[in-house]
Amino acid sequence: MTAFFQSLGMNYEWAWFIATVCGILLIALPLMLAVAMIIYVDRKVWAAINLRRGPNVVGPFGILQSFADGLKVFLQETIIPSAANKGIFILAPIVTFTVALGAWAVIPFDAGVVLADINVGLLYILAISSLSVYGVVMAGWASNSKYPFFSAMRASAQMISYEVSIGFILVCVVLYAGSFNLTEIVMSQKGHGLGIVNGYVFNILLFPMWVMFFISSLAETQRVPFDLTEAESELVAGYQTEYSSMSFALFWLGEYANILLMCSLNTILFFGGWLPPVDWAPLYYVPGIIWFLLKTFFFFFMFSWVMATVPRYRYDQLMRLGWKIFLPISLLFVVLISGWLMFTRYA
Amino acid sequence: MIHIIAFYLFAVLLIASAVLVIMSRNPVHSVLWLILAFFNAAGLMVLVGAEFIAMLLVIVYVGAVAVLFLFVVMMLDIDFAELRAGFVKNFPLGILLAVILLAELVLGFGAYRAGALKLGEADGTAGVIAGRSNIDSIGALLYGEYLFLFEAAGLVLLVAMIGAIVLTHRERTDTRGQNVSKQNKRRAEDATVNVKPEVGKGITL
Repeated sequence: MTAFFQSLGMNYEWAWFIATVCGILLIALPLMLAVAMIIYVDRKVWAAINLRRGPNVVGPFGILQSFADGLKVFLQETIIPSAANKGIFILAPIVTFTVALGAWAVIPFDAGVVLADINVGLLYILAISSLSVYGVVMAGWASNSKYPFFSAMRASAQMISYEVSIGFILVCVVLYAGSFNLTEIVMSQKGHGLGIVNGYVFNILLFPMWVMFFISSLAETQRVPFDLTEAESELVAGYQTEYSSMSFALFWLGEYANILLMCSLNTILFFGGWLPPVDWAPLYYVPGIIWFLLKTFFFFFMFSWVMATVPRYRYDQLMRLGWKIFLPISLLFVVLISGWLMFTRYA
Repeated sequence: MIHIIAFYLFAVLLIASAVLVIMSRNPVHSVLWLILAFFNAAGLMVLVGAEFIAMLLVIVYVGAVAVLFLFVVMMLDIDFAELRAGFVKNFPLGILLAVILLAELVLGFGAYRAGALKLGEADGTAGVIAGRSNIDSIGALLYGEYLFLFEAAGLVLLVAMIGAIVLTHRERTDTRGQNVSKQNKRRAEDATVNVKPEVGKGITL
């Protein structure tokens, strides 16, 4: 895109600047639309599993429900509790939302369709996702109310614990791919399974890693069964309790943008990103972005499926799973995989 | 042009937030300003082409260390008046420390620039090697040239970690821990009985 703006007679720096701004808008606006639709899908899937109808009033099949909800919260009054720490109280949802959007900068939607093709892409995602805990902690503290504070403490402990095992799982993938660049990670999965299937998940050493990554991504995005930060039976609505109107909506948008990010990470790291599932020439006529979106949508369906079927964990069970089960297993697999690669690839 | 704007933006924000870390009255605000300072430092690292170090800075300091700071500071019940009362008393000590640190920095950089120490190029910047990523170069250095020093550093950290655990760990006999496998083995049939008592008789358990 930089070349296009340069052909309009701009110098390189301004062309780059405008191209980057356009790229950001091209990712952020469809993402917001996707989040609105995905909330609708989430509610529909959940309703179908519960044998209910779900949203079906606004628009055909209730498809405009999310926009109606958006309009509703937009017109509501913003309430800031008088005992709250005003600056941080307002900043918290903004941080959550910005961080959720920021990580999308390095996600490749197709070959070359990526805003920033940096060689530390995966580390960037780790860095940005480690920031998302601040939105929750700031909200919980600034609300100056006990339930949001409990929720903030739960959230920070939970996210730190699962980030550790996610880090080790990513190390396994990086060892196989030999790169931190997400585009190269996708390309290295081409024909990985016996030269037929694309994707690391068909590797016997990496399959358990994918299972753990999927569960950890549920925990990282605080979805059921790990939604202890918003456990309504214990903590009202968790860190969002004191929020209303647009600040509440920003939390929601950020949360779902994070969920979509985790779904696309599952796709990119283990299911071959924009590559078709089978390494067969006619399948490559389908544009890569369609494969990418289909796979991401499939993972989102799994997220809502889990949400509708699994009961919530207890907090000590959550911590035990993170520290006593996932951490040792992922460490063991780092050793196993690096040993295996040492003997086969680098011998 | 954009490079220069970005550099001054990051640098000014870094210094301003570092000043605000000290100046702000609320310790939680201090930690948040500290996080902003880390972030801008990472931005500066990216500008000089050390993106790997920048990401590590964000992951380690912002993602882990500062969260712990924030955690501790939020839980503290701080009396601000008492905190400020110690200011005058500690002021000379603070000035002394600042002067010593400044002198060390000046001495260090002076000796380095004079070329007395053979640490590399004397102007303080080693050029980026073209066509080689940060991760490659750092990995080759750490796991090649400085392997034993690197492993020794790891051992020191391990000793520190074990030491911290040993110092703070205490056996508690008064708590009853959970036996997870026992919990999982328990079935509904073991815990409940289904009885049909006659009217007015009651049951004995």
